[in-house]
Amino acid sequence: MTSWQVMVRARRGELDLDVAFEGDAQPIALVGPNGSGKTSVLRAIAGVFALRDARITVGDTILEDTSSGVRVPIEERRIGYVPQGFALFPHLTVLENVEFGLSTGKNRLPPEERSRRALQMLSDLNCASLARRSVEHLSGGEKQRIALARSLVLEPGLLLLDEPLAALDATLRRTLRKFLAERLRIFRGPSITVTHDVRDVAALGAQVVALENGRVVQQGPLSLIQQRPANEFLAEFVGAD
Amino acid sequence: MGDSWRQSPLTGIGVLFGVTLAGLLLLPFFALAISTPASDLLEGATHPLFASALFLSLRTTLTSLSLTVVFGTPLAWWLASSSSKTARVTEALMGLPIVIPPAVVGVALLQTFGREGLLGPALGSVGIALPFTEISVVLAQIVVSAPFFIQAGASAFREVRPEMLIVARTLGGSPPVAFLRVALPIALPGLLVGASLAWARALGEFGATLLFAGNMPGRTQTMPLAIFYALESDVRLAIVFSLVLAAVGILLLVTLRFFPALRNFMRGGNA
Repeated sequence: MTSWQVMVRARRGELDLDVAFEGDAQPIALVGPNGSGKTSVLRAIAGVFALRDARITVGDTILEDTSSGVRVPIEERRIGYVPQGFALFPHLTVLENVEFGLSTGKNRLPPEERSRRALQMLSDLNCASLARRSVEHLSGGEKQRIALARSLVLEPGLLLLDEPLAALDATLRRTLRKFLAERLRIFRGPSITVTHDVRDVAALGAQVVALENGRVVQQGPLSLIQQRPANEFLAEFVGAD
Repeated sequence: MGDSWRQSPLTGIGVLFGVTLAGLLLLPFFALAISTPASDLLEGATHPLFASALFLSLRTTLTSLSLTVVFGTPLAWWLASSSSKTARVTEALMGLPIVIPPAVVGVALLQTFGREGLLGPALGSVGIALPFTEISVVLAQIVVSAPFFIQAGASAFREVRPEMLIVARTLGGSPPVAFLRVALPIALPGLLVGASLAWARALGEFGATLLFAGNMPGRTQTMPLAIFYALESDVRLAIVFSLVLAAVGILLLVTLRFFPALRNFMRGGNA
């Protein structure tokens, strides 16, 4: 069982970030109003910007500990990051996107092995037929799967998903929500998903961590938030069901 | 056609104005193209000045272009990724040589590298005199042409979303890998456009070169300067030079125009 913990204090423009939460293999849903610091938390965990005070661990690995001066660079954190809009590499094919992580750094593999694993991952996600396509003309749902495949192929220690279902239309979102929940179960590793939709939380069976102005205002199972929402945003959030 | 929303009561006059201006822009090139019989062209092309100016132009512009790309790419990258005030001020200043007349650039270069210039005495003390050498031709070309590359490069690098670089890093890529394998390929079309514009500008450089490097056949006489020189003695030679430069320009324009299609074709046309 992989446990992890995040404690981050940092200043990001107007936002004063000061959060601490932890978890295990159960997915976490990070919720909160716009500007509450959700994306900043994900990027802090990924190691994108300098933190004033932080301790981030995944399993036995310390990724960042300002008190002892440990700061593992982004490329060595084994963190999977799927940003909003997916950020697929537009100049590469689907297969090349998925192979990217296997072609550089510590995960570098020989070319044949690279394509074998990437193709395997693509067929696990039911998109092997897209392998030779350019990513520029994929549908939103296809892009989401490719971005997920690109991260999962490296077997990350922690998966960070920033609004993975936001860019999709309503019907597609329902299908892909089920798909995502299933993939996260198969992945078994810990994950943090930023979402604006309480149905995502329910489908993923996630613990909720709720942010407001860079602080954690409530955390726990969805049932707790439903019974005693800590603020208006959360009341609205669970009421939308 | 379907563009009826563009119609206005001024359409008639507008068309007349537009056609007049377009004609004015194209007519001189037409005149240039038909002005010389083939026999004269051959005579001009075999003139001793022709080869030496052509090769000097090619040599100096390729040197200045290489230096512009090598030094300008990191600068463009910084201008695109930094949000600091210094970057904004620098970016604005980098446009100066575009709005300042080339003759002024020539005088300014003399005031910098000339014997009495800012750096002249220091360079002179180690035995270096830049004005009126091939190096000064290259320097003048860099100053007038690099701004085109820097501006195009900066806007090309702005197309690279920061999340793409973050993802490249989380996938195991070091910062140089993220730059070389993600940022650079995404910005490449824009960088090529910038390099082409810079090269065209360097090839046509006249004013700054004339003042800073002089007009010495075989040493600093590039093609535009040779045109100026030949007009006084042999118009046919000037026309041959002009046709060559015009042809290069047209070739460049066509390449830039069709570049996107070409790129898609090279990628396997799976678009």
